[in-house]
Amino acid sequence: MSTPTVEASVPAAAEEHRSFTVTLIIRRFDPEVDDEPRWQDFDVQMYPTDRILDALHQIKWDQDGSLTFRRSCAHGICGSDAMRINGRNRLACKTLIKDLDISKPIYVEAIKGLPLEKDLIVDMEPFFASYRDVQPFLIANSQPGAGKERVQTIADRERFDDTTKCILCAACTSSCPVFWTDGQYFGPAAIVNAHRFIFDSRDEASSVRLDILNDKEGVWRCRTTFNCSEACPRGIQVTKAIAEVKQAIVRGKV
Amino acid sequence: MTTIQAPRTPAVTRRRGVNWEKWGWIYMRASGVLLVVLIFGHLFVNLWVGDGIKAIDFAFVGGKLSDPFWKVWDTLLLWLALIHGANGMRTLVNDYATKRLTNGILKWALLLATVILIVLGTLVIYTFDPCPAGADPSLVASFCPVAN
Repeated sequence: MSTPTVEASVPAAAEEHRSFTVTLIIRRFDPEVDDEPRWQDFDVQMYPTDRILDALHQIKWDQDGSLTFRRSCAHGICGSDAMRINGRNRLACKTLIKDLDISKPIYVEAIKGLPLEKDLIVDMEPFFASYRDVQPFLIANSQPGAGKERVQTIADRERFDDTTKCILCAACTSSCPVFWTDGQYFGPAAIVNAHRFIFDSRDEASSVRLDILNDKEGVWRCRTTFNCSEACPRGIQVTKAIAEVKQAIVRGKV
Repeated sequence: MTTIQAPRTPAVTRRRGVNWEKWGWIYMRASGVLLVVLIFGHLFVNLWVGDGIKAIDFAFVGGKLSDPFWKVWDTLLLWLALIHGANGMRTLVNDYATKRLTNGILKWALLLATVILIVLGTLVIYTFDPCPAGADPSLVASFCPVAN
């Protein structure tokens, strides 16, 4: 910018898009070889606009093909690539290099609290099991009129709008310190998805779901540490949703 | 034609009796709000009003513990705070003591400590004698017969 030459003005614009070397330290685990997970570092050439997922791709494609991680859509919707980046649960495909401090290495590891299978992959089954337990589907015995849909006012739809955004990436549940130590706890994501139906005016099984969550391992285990709200890549107010479920249980009505 | 209302609906086992986790949670919230008032009221009166912290001596405590208002205040503070703290510790034990035996031992120890402290504390509040016989008259509360 300071150089008034025509020649320099073009590189000046490109200046911000210059690539630099970023060090990633990844927690590797190969169940066939390793007894314990180990940290391995990789240097990659990155642009500020690149994402952690691009760095992982570069490592897997150009440096070490054995690096294992999940990703599907790579655009923050499928929820496959939740991982712990510099100690915080993030989607690798939504974390930009420029938002991280690249003067230090970037630590990448699998999400915690679920059984580690390989490198950045964990067994998601316990997570989905508690998701299934809250019956995350519309339960309605009444029929809408012939040729009609189940109508709902804008206000009624707004009531649970926030919790419809969940992509089941497990970033919230695996950031919850209660979930880390208590494998029986439903976890934030299951409660969020219960919330989505509990407060849906078209659903008729709110009391069933409230009953399921009014359990020793239900909402009462939540200690409002707000880790889940901080971790959610969709910006869902997870802790607020859990608090609303607690309130509904205490009051006995939605 | 008979149709099942909701096929494959898992049987919901309704737990019997009191839902302790729920009431425990409500207790923590309610006692927490009360404790904020009780604790800061206690600190304000003991450390701020009048001579502040310099006023605290045997006579000061004796005076407070012979006033029914402060007896009720201190009893509430004692019971609410101890149960609140014990319940919080119970949660921690549940978090970190995964072995059944360790978990049991710690929780019983916690219960024992809490009960003993509550009983002892309550006993002190209601049996406290602000004017012990043969006490130095300069040390006891002004309403004592021996006080000068």
